[in-house]
Amino acid sequence: MRDVAIIGVGMIPFGRRDQDSLIDMLAYASMKALDDAHLGDKAVDAVYVANMGGGILQHQTGIASALVDRLSLLPAAADLVENGPASGASAIKNGVQAIASGYSDVVLVAGGEKMREVTGWRATDFVATLTHPESEYPYGITLPGMAGMFTRLYMEQHGLTAEALVAVAIKNQEMGALNPYAHVEMMITKEGIFDSPHSVVNNPLVADPLRLYDACPVSDGAAAVLMCPLEMARELTEKQPVVVAGFGQATDTHTLQERDDPTDLKAVRLAAQQAFDRAKLKPSDVDVAELHDAFTVLEIAESEHVGFFGKGEGSKAALAGLTRFGGKIPINVSGGLKARGHPVGATGVAQVVEITWQLRHELPKERQVKNAKVGLTVNFGGFGNNVLAFVLRRAS
Amino acid sequence: MEAKVANDWRLRGQRYRLEGEVCGHCGVAIFPPRDICPECGKPAKTPAPLSGRGEVYTFSTVYNAPEGFEPYTPYTVALVKLEEGPVVTAQLTDVAPKDVQIGMPVEMVTRRLRTHGEEGTIVYGYKFRPRVRV
Ligand SMILES: [Zn+2]
Repeated sequence: MRDVAIIGVGMIPFGRRDQDSLIDMLAYASMKALDDAHLGDKAVDAVYVANMGGGILQHQTGIASALVDRLSLLPAAADLVENGPASGASAIKNGVQAIASGYSDVVLVAGGEKMREVTGWRATDFVATLTHPESEYPYGITLPGMAGMFTRLYMEQHGLTAEALVAVAIKNQEMGALNPYAHVEMMITKEGIFDSPHSVVNNPLVADPLRLYDACPVSDGAAAVLMCPLEMARELTEKQPVVVAGFGQATDTHTLQERDDPTDLKAVRLAAQQAFDRAKLKPSDVDVAELHDAFTVLEIAESEHVGFFGKGEGSKAALAGLTRFGGKIPINVSGGLKARGHPVGATGVAQVVEITWQLRHELPKERQVKNAKVGLTVNFGGFGNNVLAFVLRRAS
Repeated sequence: MEAKVANDWRLRGQRYRLEGEVCGHCGVAIFPPRDICPECGKPAKTPAPLSGRGEVYTFSTVYNAPEGFEPYTPYTVALVKLEEGPVVTAQLTDVAPKDVQIGMPVEMVTRRLRTHGEEGTIVYGYKFRPRVRV
């Protein structure tokens, strides 16, 4: 098997993008990744597109074929990868396998989602189509509702506090304000969303005990990465290559109700373990991480399940500032899903784009983790029923 | 949003009678029915209704509903652990959100789940209320 390098990355600002179609967004992000690599004449062999909702939200299918044509990359192979909110990481995984196996040399992965052209109710319904169609969906179960039930158990059993959730929300919005690609660029204060009498108005319940500022926004957006075998990277581009040192993927029961311990994010634990094993690295080697904070509670729970902290220690770590920029293990220096936004198909790709910038040392100093060499991403599909993790390393 | 009459008909056993399955090999109770035992992996096709008695394992009151559920907000969803072992996901009814507690004894009732647009049908199914039957 060949080692795989990331040689180009690109992203468009997340938010509300009425001016662009889904294919426009995917194309713009892809062109940025191609430009970033200065690939020259070398052809792209294969394109993997990550998207969850084109068929439902845009009434459009065949998204991957539409994109290769739009980008004039014909006759490159093109496939759509749908794995819910983990579609992005799944598409990258497909690209990594294609290159590692020798079937493809230059692979483009583009992830995108256009969620803001429907009402909030319809967007909530769209995401809820991930739930079990017989035993969850008909009962009005939403992803925030599942996260709310999960949070209540985590509070009962693992020392999670509302104050720790607030610390994550503030941290991620603070970092998002420094990220020009982030959807939400507004700083918030503990006073405003937690302490003051007005906080219940500013920060209403959405799925008790979770509040508005515990949830990520609904966004449009796209991101792309270009990859090739590490051995070819130096001749193809002058960019500092970033190596996909390891990936892991694991599944768990479709429903939350069928888990022996619903607070055990088994798929997160297994995917991270597998990624670390393949990379021959361990959690303490990680300099910067992008975790899937669709809800603040998930950042804390994942920080425990990937092995940064023991179970029940994630809350304390968040409150002590260990996960802030400049802390022991900076998490979501991009602002995370919470502030960057969560266009579902784009998220897993955007996480890898962010870590690539970090490992190339290309970011402005107010959010560049000093001398970062190893990064981790976790992309969480369903309510933790299909999870991928990547360990990325700056090539020496 | 999508819901079809044929789908509602096909699911009538589990919706109205909380009908699951029991594994003939290892004896475990299964809900929702899936014809393959999640414990031992062997075929399990023997229908078995559940008692509908259990307790609240966890819950959340939902304020932002998906399309089709907007008129019913806020509503409380819960994981209910049944006496036979399986856990089901359902809405709670006949109780104010502030009075719900983990461990609260509940029982199944049949209620309207939603009135939906496409084919104009009203969908009925299970909800759970604080236990009144002894
Ligand atoms: Zn069995």
